[in-house]
Amino acid sequence: MVKISVDKARCKGCNICISICPKQVFVKSIKRGDYGANIPEAKNQDKCIECRMCERMCPDGAIDVEHVGEDVK
Amino acid sequence: MNKLYEEYIKTESLPTLFCPGCGNGIVQVAAINAIDELGIKDDIACVSGIGCSAWIPCYLKLDVIHAMHGRAIPFAEGLKLARPEKKILIFSGDGDCLAIGGNHLIHGAARNIDLTVVNVNNNIYGMTGGQKSPTTPYGAVTKTSPFGAADEPMKGAETAMALGATYVARWTTAHPVQLAKAIKEGIEHKGFSFIEVLSQCPVQAGKNVMGTKEPAEMIRRYREMTCVCKDGEEPPEGKVKIGLFRRDETKVEYTERIRASYEEAGIAAGKGGQDG
Repeated sequence: MVKISVDKARCKGCNICISICPKQVFVKSIKRGDYGANIPEAKNQDKCIECRMCERMCPDGAIDVEHVGEDVK
Repeated sequence: MNKLYEEYIKTESLPTLFCPGCGNGIVQVAAINAIDELGIKDDIACVSGIGCSAWIPCYLKLDVIHAMHGRAIPFAEGLKLARPEKKILIFSGDGDCLAIGGNHLIHGAARNIDLTVVNVNNNIYGMTGGQKSPTTPYGAVTKTSPFGAADEPMKGAETAMALGATYVARWTTAHPVQLAKAIKEGIEHKGFSFIEVLSQCPVQAGKNVMGTKEPAEMIRRYREMTCVCKDGEEPPEGKVKIGLFRRDETKVEYTERIRASYEEAGIAAGKGGQDG
């Protein structure tokens, strides 16, 4: 299980994470961040494979992928 | 906020001045990853010149010199000669490193001094409003070339290779893992390391050079228009060569040569010549 959070104080709404995610975890939303742009929402968190590409590709370090709970083997 | 990013960034100075979707942020995260993997937070110093990409280290909780336009490499050379134990990382844009600082790049590379230059190449002068830079592609319409750029673009990595840099690589912002690895290897490498990063500028280069203002689309194009080549291989027609071009550990480093010549002359390191 993972917990993905998008920091609304840091996100500038460039939508790189939406296109870079191989599992389409992020979707566009109508929520606005402090910068005034529409910020993405991590909707399909159960699909996440923890490649952490969104963390590396976010130019503002706004995305945090946190591993929570036990590993299922 | 990302935990690692929060550890290295000055949170009080956020948000960064980069435009939404700028590649500088990706280079910043890659540099943070490389520094964290090496665990040298206290032993690293960053030097940068002027330009958008020169602001990358200014947000990091590290020792930073924000030097004059194009003069990042001479400042770093002085710092390296004074404090040879420090690892030095330079962030420099295409205009900063190849145009106004081109002279300093060629001498730094020829000396093989232990510096790591990250050249963030976005094909345009972004900060000043979209003028033609040395790496702007042939025929691109910009503010200062309204009928298409007449010059052939300069190739940073190939130039550094020809001048004798001993670690040369080129990556794009679409390859953040490889970029972090290249920065890590460049810091570890004893000698002049030159890492060119093809980076997107959605505002200026997006409007004038690439024809799209969508950062995600520009990253997708960078992935499509590049080809990873090993040493000696040539890419297919119309593609840009990326990858690790050279890693030569045999050449003697400049500060070591300087120290050796001082010792030969009987001058102890760190002391004046008169005191012995």
